[in-house]
Amino acid sequence: MSESLIEESILSRPKYGQLAIAPGLAHYFVADASGAECVIRVAQTAPKGFMEKVHILYVPTPGENALITALYALGAKRFEHVPTIDAAIAKLGDWLSESKMGSQLYLAGTEGLIGRAVAKGEECGLDHTAVQCEHRGSLARRVQCVHCKTMIEKVTTQPVKCPSCDLLLLVRDHYSRRLAAFQGVCINAEDPTEEVEIREVFK
Amino acid sequence: MTIHFRNETFRNDFTYANSPGNIPRFPFPFPEDVYMYSTNVEPHHATRAGSPFEHAFDVDEHYVSEMKDRALVLADDPGRCQALPHMETAAWDFVELVMVSKARDYPDLFELTIDGDRWHWINKTLQIDDTFVFGDSSTLPCHPMEYIGRQVQGDHAILDQRDGNLWMDAGIITAQADWSLDFDIGMNFFEWHAPVPLAHELGVFQRALKFLLSLPQGQPSRRLNWTLTVNPRLDTSPENYPKWGPDKLTVNPGNIGEKVHLRVELQTFWRLPRSNAILFPIRTYLMAMNEVVTQPKWGRRLHRVMRDLRPELVEYKGLSRYHPMLVDWLAQFDDGAPTSPGIFPD
Repeated sequence: MSESLIEESILSRPKYGQLAIAPGLAHYFVADASGAECVIRVAQTAPKGFMEKVHILYVPTPGENALITALYALGAKRFEHVPTIDAAIAKLGDWLSESKMGSQLYLAGTEGLIGRAVAKGEECGLDHTAVQCEHRGSLARRVQCVHCKTMIEKVTTQPVKCPSCDLLLLVRDHYSRRLAAFQGVCINAEDPTEEVEIREVFK
Repeated sequence: MTIHFRNETFRNDFTYANSPGNIPRFPFPFPEDVYMYSTNVEPHHATRAGSPFEHAFDVDEHYVSEMKDRALVLADDPGRCQALPHMETAAWDFVELVMVSKARDYPDLFELTIDGDRWHWINKTLQIDDTFVFGDSSTLPCHPMEYIGRQVQGDHAILDQRDGNLWMDAGIITAQADWSLDFDIGMNFFEWHAPVPLAHELGVFQRALKFLLSLPQGQPSRRLNWTLTVNPRLDTSPENYPKWGPDKLTVNPGNIGEKVHLRVELQTFWRLPRSNAILFPIRTYLMAMNEVVTQPKWGRRLHRVMRDLRPELVEYKGLSRYHPMLVDWLAQFDDGAPTSPGIFPD
């Protein structure tokens, strides 16, 4: 799988690095199928005893088992896989609420997963310096329709039609960490008769 | 000084207008014949009696109607007024600053009596007479930021200061030039300005942030910002873009003088004493082109500024659809004569 191909953009758009072990009393990993390899890479280079402090939450692609097996085999203190990002974020909230000071959070995979986990970490009072992110996989975006406030998941097209208010939205690079979403603004508001071609751009 | 408050609208039939006496006090935003970004900040000292810089919080003939428009926006979209939980102390700072300033600057309109933490506030114009315990939000009908925000012209953001940055953590924003509080709340200074072109590369925001982080108490600052708006509409939010976007197609050479408005933001910056946050009032003034050109200096200068405006700014400010038409129309007011320095009319 390729490394992240996110181009230089505006300053509100998150930038991602590469996961690396930071000193901590507990280490929480959240990954989806595209990010699993990052967790495995970190675990394989970890010092002795590290995995005893590791908690892994994994969102597999439906029907896929090989990565579940591989992650389980890392021997973390706790490993759970859940079917959806929603479920993973809820569980992460539970885990962090019982975590101690000095915990580290590592996120790997698609932006939708990373963004929501970052927001959850912030909500749970985790300092931003204790959160690392590595982007892998699809560039699909989570988009908030600025008009009706609907959250649209896994957007791959530019523009995208809001499923709730039917407006055709330009997906901007402007990004809210709190909402874990890019901003969608009506692309033909000035002249609604204007035809706009919909193209697959966030692959 | 008696202000005659106009009864006017900023939507639907758009009856908003400036009375002839109000025109010369408009904060015309161009001190020179060309415009480019700058961190054009100066001390918010009392300047020129009668100007919008005379008092801390300018009250003008549009006060009552602007507050009615704000109430309409908030009824339709409560998300225009939001504060993160840690901003309550800053909200009380905001209450104090506005009440103390207005009671001092406009004693005919506002009265404040302070007895320990028991405060008595009278806003004669809006017929408000309330007693409350300062610092105790349960003694006000709503959040303190909303309470005072409904009584003061202009949008108000409150910026928390931490980690060497400023954070947009509260605001009452109903008259904005195309930005969303609901989306931007919680962002830092660079993040909420991220969509602005050119300025980041010019280092404008780095300098502005450095300045603001060291803003002292009791020494407020101000700057002017501008754009153009079709029709005198205060609520040009991204939320309502489908409502105001089509207005741009209604401009033609016959109506451009009444349709297109110069929209000026008088932005001021205040260090708040208890919270160490910064209050950031964004006060919008609207003036139709027909009204602007009644001042010959402004007509000449506006033509030159618009004619030479950089294409990126034409695009960013959303002027593309009628910009060439406006330059042509303004040309008739530019005889080529030199203009005097500064923003005030001759």
